[in-house]
Amino acid sequence: MPVVRVLVGTRKGGFILTSDEGRTNWTVAGPHFPGWEMYHLAGSPVNPDRIYASQSTGWFGQIIQRSDNGGITWAPVSNDFSYVGEVGTHLYFDGTQRPFNFTRVWHLEPSLTEVDVVYAGIEDAALFKSTDGGDSWTELTGLRQHPSAPFWQPGAGGLCLHTILQDPTNDQRIYTAISAAGVFRTDDQGATWTPKNVGLDSGEIPDPDAEVGHCVHKLDLHPAKPNVIYMQKHWDVMRSEDFGDTWTEISGDLPTDFGMTVAVHAHEPDTVYVVPIESDTQHFPPEGKLRVYRSRVGGYEWEPLTKGLPQENCYVNVLRDAMAVDDLDECGIYVGTSAGEVYCSSNSGDSWIKIVGNLPVICSVEVQVVR
Amino acid sequence: MIRVKLPAHLRTLAQIDGELSIDVESPVTLDRVIDEIESRFPVLIGTIRDRGTKKRRAFVRFYACEENWSNSPTDAPLPDEITNGQEPLLIIGAMAGG
Repeated sequence: MPVVRVLVGTRKGGFILTSDEGRTNWTVAGPHFPGWEMYHLAGSPVNPDRIYASQSTGWFGQIIQRSDNGGITWAPVSNDFSYVGEVGTHLYFDGTQRPFNFTRVWHLEPSLTEVDVVYAGIEDAALFKSTDGGDSWTELTGLRQHPSAPFWQPGAGGLCLHTILQDPTNDQRIYTAISAAGVFRTDDQGATWTPKNVGLDSGEIPDPDAEVGHCVHKLDLHPAKPNVIYMQKHWDVMRSEDFGDTWTEISGDLPTDFGMTVAVHAHEPDTVYVVPIESDTQHFPPEGKLRVYRSRVGGYEWEPLTKGLPQENCYVNVLRDAMAVDDLDECGIYVGTSAGEVYCSSNSGDSWIKIVGNLPVICSVEVQVVR
Repeated sequence: MIRVKLPAHLRTLAQIDGELSIDVESPVTLDRVIDEIESRFPVLIGTIRDRGTKKRRAFVRFYACEENWSNSPTDAPLPDEITNGQEPLLIIGAMAGG
């Protein structure tokens, strides 16, 4: 019998939610690392008992934890994210150049094929890789040393590399997203990078052809159509059909095209989910209704999914890493909110249950199916 | 023997119960105390001071004999009461958060 394991990172600890494949009766374990900000927990697709966790506080900095038994026990691994070579500078809010300065790890992305390989996206934006399960980290310097780096500017959350997306059909290709720089793609395992932001028309940038400066929030793809990339941008939901070379807006009939997250159905490459948020100043859903929107046709046409989700007086946010899908036969969708609730749909979004509430602010939700 | 009190989060990380007792070569300074702590507990590297610059993290404070040593030179000798183990060196998380 498969076990479904949901990894939840919150502002004050990590939680692990488990269920059988019915996904109706859940057990909540945690908090792990109570009091620490758990930006992201992520399990290896190769060995789901291998889990990595980013643990940090403003007081004591960054720790990386690793579990080899599905989150029952943990051990710290290396937290050395020293930039390699010339540190360089980036654009700051006041127009000056500031040196890149490590703050925290936003996102951990285990390799799709090698259990000991894991990527880390950090603030200030850079990409690191470990080939020994986190015992050591090496920066893939080609990204931070890209000629556009002096023009990267922090978003409101900092100059963070928050999204790492591996092409499951091409182990040379990885996408990253940086706020507020945009999308970068490598086709040589991280040695060289190219900005992939053509078609991102960001109202905050006067130049519609700007190579960088875009506030991309989240990317996702489906293995059956690796050329198709979906994006939730600061404003606008976008799709690329050419591996990110160009982008087209697919916001269509969404009530607002602002949002933080996007996810693709596990079995239907044209089915995509977003959680519209009123605006970048009002970080809550329109009309006080938490609605996940689903498009079955790759965007443009969206339907609200509401059954089981709060439809009045709901003023929560869903952050960029707080939506995930499982790959059971009937695809499950998971959403974590800033009010500490985790909702689960075991039928592709048609209806939802609340797994747990009253957790701290949820930063991330990942799901594993342990077979 | 130098006595050091660490904040709860760091004791948990290093799996330390209560005070830490360490030998530190004379003259005993903040630099040398933290060097020894990091040597014995590598998981604490980067949690008290920056790994590269060795600067104290912004929200970490050092107290010795009821005096705030947070902004004192880290190569200055600590008081005798610390070096002879009469008083513990306090490493604490600053009150911050609002």
